[in-house]
Amino acid sequence: MTGLHALLAAVLAPGFLANGPVRTALIVGGGTGLVAAVVGVFTVMRGQSFAAHALGDVSSAGGSASYLLGVRPMLGFIGMAILAAAGMEWADIQDARERDLVTGVVLGAGMALTALFLYFDARSGSASGAAISILFGSMFTLPASIAVPALGAGAVAVVTIGALYRPLLVSSLSAELAAAQGTRVRLLGLAHALALALAVSLSAMTVGAILSPALLIGPAATALRLARRPGPAVALASLLGIAAVWGGILLAYDSYYWTPGHGWPVSFFIVFLIFLGYVAANMASGSRTAADVSRAEPHCSRCEQD
Amino acid sequence: MFAAFMTHTWIAGTLVAMVAGVVGFFVVIRRAAFAAHVLPLGAFPGAAAANLLGVNELFGLVAFAGLGVLGIGQLERWGRREVATALWLAASLALGTLFLSMTRQYSQQVYALLFGEVLGISEAAVVSVAILSVLAIAAMAILFRPLLLDSLSPELCQAAGASSRRMEIAFLGVLAISTAMVLPVVGALMVFSLMVGPASCARALTDEPRSAVLLSVGLSLATVWSAIALSYLSNWPVGFFVGTLGALSYTAGRIYRRFAHPSAALPGRETP
Repeated sequence: MTGLHALLAAVLAPGFLANGPVRTALIVGGGTGLVAAVVGVFTVMRGQSFAAHALGDVSSAGGSASYLLGVRPMLGFIGMAILAAAGMEWADIQDARERDLVTGVVLGAGMALTALFLYFDARSGSASGAAISILFGSMFTLPASIAVPALGAGAVAVVTIGALYRPLLVSSLSAELAAAQGTRVRLLGLAHALALALAVSLSAMTVGAILSPALLIGPAATALRLARRPGPAVALASLLGIAAVWGGILLAYDSYYWTPGHGWPVSFFIVFLIFLGYVAANMASGSRTAADVSRAEPHCSRCEQD
Repeated sequence: MFAAFMTHTWIAGTLVAMVAGVVGFFVVIRRAAFAAHVLPLGAFPGAAAANLLGVNELFGLVAFAGLGVLGIGQLERWGRREVATALWLAASLALGTLFLSMTRQYSQQVYALLFGEVLGISEAAVVSVAILSVLAIAAMAILFRPLLLDSLSPELCQAAGASSRRMEIAFLGVLAISTAMVLPVVGALMVFSLMVGPASCARALTDEPRSAVLLSVGLSLATVWSAIALSYLSNWPVGFFVGTLGALSYTAGRIYRRFAHPSAALPGRETP
């Protein structure tokens, strides 16, 4: 027992769980990790990693505008992300090459607005450091009052995905098959885009707009690599997402004790844990025998295609 | 606007626009949009690290852009390309956050690196930008024909004895160099807009590759010059103008193509 206590005391720096901002970060961050991972599995299967990345960047225009308008940043992030997601889904460009270009150009235009709003933010002087918290996140400064609306928005995203689980899965693997089964593929795409927008906004609020795709893509891609079927992949992705966020928060808190003067950014630790997880999973599954891989092929051949 | 202290800005801006115009044309026809977005952003921690170590920013940028080419190539072997690219980007941005949090002028520096800074470009910076742009343009001139062939038809290129994979690496290498020089002027987030906006518009206006490249350079110059001028006059960030003008030229190209050739297929690699 004493050994366990000593270990806990070494890992959990004093006051970790009693600290208000840390508790808010754990609740909002854990919820975000879960939501992002669930939505992310479908985003990866549908080949929309770039879209997810672009949404994160564009949502920062909303976040930076919210400081000017004096509303909650969360409203700005969500509003802008939904607008952009609906726009991208509405444009519905089939040609992958053109889609990448449009995504990129929209992203560029969104960041142009962010640049301008951040400039105004800095000039009005009301929000110093807005650039950092919008782009790179600031989990320890989240107000406690954000927990309920943030978890509510996350619940909407997860419920949407849960309700549409089967048709979404079919249409992610083969749009033709889904259409043949009488599914309204475009409506489904729109529903996924809205869930994606919510998940991206939450991630943008916690780990920052330009790091938000890591939470969406990382745990999901790792889980799809390890699990052979979608159900377990979703479960595993959620666990990995929550573990990465909580682990990152813990390390960031602890880092105040290792580094002289100031801690290292929490977003850095979260993204790094996610990246390490992905690399480790690939190393592990890369060393499987060829027979294993070919037996698993029928399940996974579609999701590995470009 | 044409005061002595702006001379360096105009020279660097002009060089940057020329390189972005040429390289951007190939970004557009090779479907390398995501890579063109990720390499600049992935190079951004290089600048932060260089600041921390007190060496020239360009060294850090070139090093990290090169690392990006290798890193994406390695991750790509494991699975989907876009997942590899997205994760590489996230990991390098996270490193950038860490490096920047260690420096003192955190906020201003982040802002300048991401959204561009046209004032206060030193003479040494202009010289290194000039050297890199000569390198990039020379590489593009040598690679122009094989790269064009490879972009339009990889099979034909292979038949002519050039490996498609080697072409890809060579192209990403040039992209990395041009990224490193474009980034400090227009900002990491705006390199993409500058490369893709004018080039996609040029490709929509003409099918002939040589005139498309020239047109792309012309539009890119117009974008950078007006962005610098507007930024000088309004005091608004230069990145705002580059991003907006890039989106505008892309839209103009789309509209022109819709009305001029409603059904014509554009040259470029077929989608699989």
